[in-house]
Amino acid sequence: MSTVEPEWPLYEVFVRGKRGLNHVHVGSLHAADDRMALLHARDVYTRRNEGVSIWVVRADAITASSPDEKDPMFAPSGDKVYRHPTFYDIPDNVPHM
Amino acid sequence: MTLTDHAPDDVLERHFEATIARNDRIEPRDWMPEGYRKTLVRQIAQHAHSEIIGMQPEGNWISRAPSLRRKAILLAKVQDEAGHGLYLYSAAETLGVSRLELTEMLISGRQKYSSIFNYPTLSYADVGTIGWLVDGAAICNQVPLCRTSYGPYGRAMIRVCKEESFHQRQGYELLATMMRGTDEQRAMVQESVNRFWWPALMMFGPPDADSPNTAQSMAWGIKRNTNDELRQKFVDMSVPQAEALGVTLPDPELIWNEERGHHDFGQPDWEEFMEGVKGNGPCNAQRMAHRRRAHEDGAWVREAATAYAAKQAAS
Repeated sequence: MSTVEPEWPLYEVFVRGKRGLNHVHVGSLHAADDRMALLHARDVYTRRNEGVSIWVVRADAITASSPDEKDPMFAPSGDKVYRHPTFYDIPDNVPHM
Repeated sequence: MTLTDHAPDDVLERHFEATIARNDRIEPRDWMPEGYRKTLVRQIAQHAHSEIIGMQPEGNWISRAPSLRRKAILLAKVQDEAGHGLYLYSAAETLGVSRLELTEMLISGRQKYSSIFNYPTLSYADVGTIGWLVDGAAICNQVPLCRTSYGPYGRAMIRVCKEESFHQRQGYELLATMMRGTDEQRAMVQESVNRFWWPALMMFGPPDADSPNTAQSMAWGIKRNTNDELRQKFVDMSVPQAEALGVTLPDPELIWNEERGHHDFGQPDWEEFMEGVKGNGPCNAQRMAHRRRAHEDGAWVREAATAYAAKQAAS
């Protein structure tokens, strides 16, 4: 076996499925640099026309919130029902609203 | 800031259990019991290794494909297997294990891959049979895994399943083409099916009674069906496919059971299965040696790419 090699950095991959859609996270891969990450992303994640555009970003460059739903991070949006259209009573006879 | 930072373990465990009970998905940075994490790492890694080792039996025939059409199909299929391995390694890595560790564990034999890939591919009909039966069994196993409780694993399985359908259909079409050919070609198909039928049944793992981890895996929502349920489903699916193809399945006990609404069938040779798991299958040594060699032969490429990246970054 070869001596311990440093692992290539991890990249997260985002693909735009077609024009008009957002890029969506599809997975990750390892690459020595950005260019290689892009080429690997093409080979691994778009073998069947799954994308028209790819973003790759080093995983260590991403700042993430906790995925936990109970995270207090999202509490501020939980008690503001007035941000939703259904909060407002509009008479039935008012059209187009 | 997060629940994980402050809450005691029993609160975290109740939260985890509630997420599972709601049929919600567990995501990478959620708290999870160590047993859950370990089971997933073992299962996803085993699955990823299987895809990677699974390139070998079929890769064996790429340079000897009977036509350019078959060669292009086989190349695409083997490339897909590599892709499937990469989706799964990517999912395993979200559990805090590195790619390097996973590769080391495979080539040092500390983690397993599916025993099916330790059988040799002796004729081109095997390319078809692997697509039909081996990928067919894999689909039976993998479709329920799209709903597995660990998010990244389920998402990887969805991608894999989309592509497996091509694998199975190309295999079945290959066999159907041979069955329309000469007597010799038909015999080749039957001989291949005879060799792969029992190993394909083994792919679902030992009978439920001998599968101690199944109950816990199902409670955690990692597995959605038992080994025997999936095996039964596969047999029921395969029988009409075999009839349409015009081959017989090599099991004298295989018969439709009106009462159960399923086929009765014989048991594979579980001793042969255990030997394969222990590393004594027909091609274990060859598969491992090949994987190890590919890793070592690729070292200079990895080193060169690293050096190039460092040089570009410096300039």
